[in-house]
Amino acid sequence: MDDPVLLSRIQFAITVGFHFLFPPISIGLAWVLVIIEGVAWRSRNPVFEEAGRFFAKLLALTFAVGVATGIVMEFQFGTNWAVYSKFVGDIFGAPLAAEALFAFFLESSFLGLYLFGRNRVGKGLHWFSIFLVAIGATISAFWILVANSWQQTPAGFILNETAGRAELTSFYDAVFNPSTLPRFFHTLCASLVAGAFFTIGVAAFILRRSADNQPARAAMRVGVIVGLVAAILTLAPTGHDHARQVARTQPAKLAAIEGLYETQSQAPLIAFGVVQEHPPELHAAVYVPIPGLLSWMVFGDFDAEVKGLDAFPPDEIPPLWLTFVSFHNMVILGSYFILIMFIAAIQLWRRKLFHSRWLLWVLAWSLPLPVVATQFGWVTAEVGRQPWIVYNLLRTADATSPTVTTGEIWFSIILFTAIYSLLLALYLFMLVRETSHGPQPVKAQEVAS
Amino acid sequence: MIDLASIWFLLIFVLLIGYAILDGFDLGVGILHLFARDDHERRIHMNSIGPVWDGNEVWLLTAGGALFAAFPPVYATVFSGFYIALMLLLTALIFRASSFEFRSKVDSPTWRRFWDYSFGLGSLVTALLLGVAFGNILRGIPIDADGNWAGSFIGLLNPFSLLVGVAGLVLLTMHGAAYLTLKTEGPLQDRTRKWIPRTWVLFVPLYIIATISSVFAAPHLFANVLGNPLFWIFTVLVLLSIIATPVLHKSGRDFATFLATSLTILSAMGLGAVGLYPCLAPSSIDLAHSLTIHNASSTERTLTAMLIIALIGVPIVLAYTACIYYIFRGKTQITEESY
Repeated sequence: MDDPVLLSRIQFAITVGFHFLFPPISIGLAWVLVIIEGVAWRSRNPVFEEAGRFFAKLLALTFAVGVATGIVMEFQFGTNWAVYSKFVGDIFGAPLAAEALFAFFLESSFLGLYLFGRNRVGKGLHWFSIFLVAIGATISAFWILVANSWQQTPAGFILNETAGRAELTSFYDAVFNPSTLPRFFHTLCASLVAGAFFTIGVAAFILRRSADNQPARAAMRVGVIVGLVAAILTLAPTGHDHARQVARTQPAKLAAIEGLYETQSQAPLIAFGVVQEHPPELHAAVYVPIPGLLSWMVFGDFDAEVKGLDAFPPDEIPPLWLTFVSFHNMVILGSYFILIMFIAAIQLWRRKLFHSRWLLWVLAWSLPLPVVATQFGWVTAEVGRQPWIVYNLLRTADATSPTVTTGEIWFSIILFTAIYSLLLALYLFMLVRETSHGPQPVKAQEVAS
Repeated sequence: MIDLASIWFLLIFVLLIGYAILDGFDLGVGILHLFARDDHERRIHMNSIGPVWDGNEVWLLTAGGALFAAFPPVYATVFSGFYIALMLLLTALIFRASSFEFRSKVDSPTWRRFWDYSFGLGSLVTALLLGVAFGNILRGIPIDADGNWAGSFIGLLNPFSLLVGVAGLVLLTMHGAAYLTLKTEGPLQDRTRKWIPRTWVLFVPLYIIATISSVFAAPHLFANVLGNPLFWIFTVLVLLSIIATPVLHKSGRDFATFLATSLTILSAMGLGAVGLYPCLAPSSIDLAHSLTIHNASSTERTLTAMLIIALIGVPIVLAYTACIYYIFRGKTQITEESY
């Protein structure tokens, strides 16, 4: 392979895809810990204190790998996408700088205080430090989604042809471009699901070994409540709103997501299908038996016209198979999360969850699935944006660094693949190790006192 | 003179100098880590910067983001030009960052040795590469008439830049020793303390040679500085702080010694900034191709928006950073929370 554009895309996909395994867990787990530590602080309950101490170690581990791999992201727009960087710098750089200034400092400074300050500062300040970590992680998600959303639905700029760049006309419009808020809320809820499933999964592993481990039980209770609420919110209203926004602002992406080939009113919703790129055809599709459901879902009207792929020139259509399959897998997983959280919540309420070995087994192995779902969501968003790197403004093919050779890109692909494989192996090793050491069971008299 | 682009030139250097002073001692501690004697000593090293190193590294990320926002062509041309060097830098930073979390979790000598080298060599390579990069920027990099990179990785390894890299490495080691002296006690502190004169003796000739070479390797730095008061202020400060370091060290004033090495970093980089201004990346092919605050800045609107962000964000960051340093003041102890 000697296509620098394809190589740079692979390089970016590997580095950002690997990095993006960790932040959703960090964000979600930080908020779960805000609750656990909050209960520990207010009630002085040693069970919650031990649960907090244990999950803090796992947050530190996840956060560390996220930080180590995140450093790459701040630099590689310049290294691999020089033309893009010059074109968008007037707009795209500010959110990245704001993210570092408002979020990274907050997260990393107060994570240090949270992890090392347990016996140095008062309980209130200690809780406040994990609260600020969670706030920082959430602000971080906001600013990086501002930057990415501007690529999807650019706003607040004019095109300066002579300078060859987009120039800011309104900072507010650029920040709150049409897709920023729908994508932020959807991603935030998905991150809460990821953090909740992480907590639940780890707790389930421990409970399968010793069903009366109270810190694991406490974490499980918090996890299931957060997981249930967040899983529902991820689908509706946030996921639904996001889809409606895509239909309004990026109709070609919506057509690819839904496998809609022909522009039509009363557009149907596909439940399952096999898409084919050349010639563009849909095989063996199963439709939801309500005519016009897609029209109604995205425009609130069964008769509304939804643009199909035939409405766009062939060179402006995103890759079909990947976009379609990623989106549908994300939806299937998202539905599964709601279902399994309902079952877990009911069993928790009936006081049967901690002894239900099959359900604990399912919950334990569901731990990574929200992260898989967020990867599918991200692929849907980014592949569905193609062939544009900035929607309708700059093509991905025209955006790479002209002076970087394919050999250099290969070097970085191999380098990061090797390092990231090592990091993933180490992360899983440490995660299993910490989990098997588990939180210490708390003695009955301590709980009573 | 005080236009927005100049303010952003200043702010980029404030961020870079902030990084060099704060993460600089982390890197220095990492380099000294290679010479540690036993496991307890190594854990003291890592935990002396444990709660703060990550926040310190954010200064570099913020500088990168600010450069992207304020001077996109510089970010694009320099970073794509330094491609291989940056990939090596990122590798060093990744291994270094990972070593904290992984090292002390497993009680095996091989495992710990691996992460000790990750931390030590990761710090050493980071310090060296950043110094070499700074040397190249001072000297000028091959930028053609279209503002594109026209050089090679090997070209970055020129004698002048390597000299700046080694001088920076030694300076940060001295700075790290000054910090570590504050955080240690007993025999470890005595041993750490000895690194200050040891590195000072190396640094002084390196700094003199680098300064003399810069007159020949980078004459553009001296083109119009003699009338600039900042040039003289930084020159005086750099001389004062270099002379003060061994004096303060000898009289046992550890915190003042640390301030002196910080001041050396600040004024040495400040001198570089004064020489470069208004260039951000001088061209070694033809100075007319240089990327400057005039031909490489973002629009006024963006620079204004960014300035507002900085004016809100930086004071808040400085305030809580100071609080956290205050909370973790004093000697480093190994507790159950430690790495």
